[in-house]
Amino acid sequence: MRTLRLTSFTLTSALGHGLKPTLSALRAQRSGLVHKHWETVDLETCIGEVAGVDDFAVRKDLQHFDCRNNRLAQMAMEADGFADAVRTAIARHGKRRVAVFLGTSTSGILSTEIAYRHRDAQGRLPASHNYSHTHNSYSVANFVRHYFDLEGPAFVVSTACSSSAKVFGSAQRMIQAGLIDAAIVGGVDSLCLTTLYGFNSLQLVSRNACRPFDANRDGISIGEAAAFALVEDGAGAQPGDIVVSGIGESSDAYHMSSPHPEGLGARLAMQAALDMAGLKQEDIDYINLHGTSTPSNDAAEDKGVFAIFGTHTPCSSTKGHTGHTLGAAGGAEAVICALALQNDFAPGGVNTQDIDPALQCQYLLANLDKPMRHALSNSFGFGGSNCSLILSKVAA
Amino acid sequence: MNDLRIYLDGIGLCGPGMKSWQSSVAELAGATPVLLTQTVLPAAEALPPAERRRVGVPIKLSMAVGFEAVHHAGVDAANLAVVFSSTGGDCDNCHAILETLASDDRQLSPTRFHNSVHNAPSGYWGIATGSRAPSTSLCALDATFGAALLEAATQALASGEPCLLLAYDTAYPDPLYALRPIPFPFGVAMLLRPQPSAASLACLDISLTEEALSVCADPALESLRSSVPAARSLPLLQLLARGESGRVVIDYLEHLDMAIKLTLLPRSAP
Repeated sequence: MRTLRLTSFTLTSALGHGLKPTLSALRAQRSGLVHKHWETVDLETCIGEVAGVDDFAVRKDLQHFDCRNNRLAQMAMEADGFADAVRTAIARHGKRRVAVFLGTSTSGILSTEIAYRHRDAQGRLPASHNYSHTHNSYSVANFVRHYFDLEGPAFVVSTACSSSAKVFGSAQRMIQAGLIDAAIVGGVDSLCLTTLYGFNSLQLVSRNACRPFDANRDGISIGEAAAFALVEDGAGAQPGDIVVSGIGESSDAYHMSSPHPEGLGARLAMQAALDMAGLKQEDIDYINLHGTSTPSNDAAEDKGVFAIFGTHTPCSSTKGHTGHTLGAAGGAEAVICALALQNDFAPGGVNTQDIDPALQCQYLLANLDKPMRHALSNSFGFGGSNCSLILSKVAA
Repeated sequence: MNDLRIYLDGIGLCGPGMKSWQSSVAELAGATPVLLTQTVLPAAEALPPAERRRVGVPIKLSMAVGFEAVHHAGVDAANLAVVFSSTGGDCDNCHAILETLASDDRQLSPTRFHNSVHNAPSGYWGIATGSRAPSTSLCALDATFGAALLEAATQALASGEPCLLLAYDTAYPDPLYALRPIPFPFGVAMLLRPQPSAASLACLDISLTEEALSVCADPALESLRSSVPAARSLPLLQLLARGESGRVVIDYLEHLDMAIKLTLLPRSAP
């Protein structure tokens, strides 16, 4: 396949605003999860909240897009020189040749959740409520397209927790087809009542900070994040650059909210990514697991990973650091893999104390310094939507 | 700007006064008058009974049009990549969740929650067909049909395999209906191939452009085209229904529309 070069990338999550605090949190094995009653939520749970979103103002000319999700998007794009890198790419390729493909699961639905509390006597929503620019799933891609005054293709992928991994595939195919030269990809998902109460209704939310692969794991911690990457054709990649070298997508065809118990869909996605990259299992230096910390998800993923990689590929889930950032998780964890490749270490998981003896993968509890060439990132979502990405560091 | 060349092997349709593609050809061609009577949704027969009871309008709609296109093209759904697309997903379900969250008792139904994901129709399609092929679910507000056509075409070209495009829209009840009025449920499906087959109906050359949009001459169809994102496909469907080669410009995004040059092919398979 044509690889994708990550010309610029950034991440804002509970670990901090931009790559620097993210890397130092990974190095220090610090979790961003805290026990908190967020907004009006009365559930006993830990969340991965991004500091400062409530007080952040979206750009004045884009006020009609104002909502938590788009605030988080703008906040993230303005870190790490990302917006400048995009403007440089637009100057080079033209505004019609730069696309926006972003993942989200709940977009700005928090705005409508709050508006429903303020319906008038006739049941009407407040006049100020702007559905199309906040709540609609496309809102964040529309916002980013307007932020950069772009005229290229755009859409949102909303396949639950695999959304922002799958956007890399869309960008790769459109660049290969010659429709575009560059794309802003990634994902943004922000805290809202729908996911907190929704996952709670499925009894999938832990009271504690989530503990992926722990014998006593008891559910997820919900987080929020915005991850962005500017991707271009990998043909021009230089030594040390990070490229996406493999993308594997599959469906479970099994159940709406439970993974295939043998991790079959997960295996298909991982194998497809290896095949596309032309790599063998022993080439992968680190696997960033989906690792949500629910009993069944981790067990199914472990079976899938073990079937391909056996016991000798170091792996961990970084959801103990960030929480499960849902539609942003694929993008966030791709960025974490890029940092791991650049800095030659495999990040150890946090919060996990006793690795479940029934799980067979080589789960890291401490950071492992080692030369890194290839990292695989798994993202699996409701509806049985699976995506595995392979990120690689171009050799000198 | 490079053109994308793909082949159209099958169509599915369900909308107001349109039970299927096959039964709507005369209306779309302009031979009989168009009456926008309420959309009739078939039950999702392909699902096991326990699942069938839980599903809402978008799943019934996407399955109806998806299976019609698959049968029309004579392909097997079991290994078929699918691009799902919808501006709002399951709008009834979303409204019910929002009402609960605004009430004193915020406990949600687990089924409502897992059906709230935008890719719920994709999940149920996988359960119905057993397909483990890649599947995605897109939204681009009013540009959703154009977005899905680009994604499905590039998916077929990159994989060398057929890809099914599904676009389906339904309405929110009030109060969101007032902000996002979708007058009728409407869905369309197209089976796209990277190479021509014996069943190919037409060759499509797609390019991105900025020029005057094609509209529907019939006022009822034009009201549908301009109010339902999936119905932005109508000018293309009308060309096919009339059995004409030609060129249409489909509404996509601000400053970016989609020109489709359609060349009819003599279909050799039944």
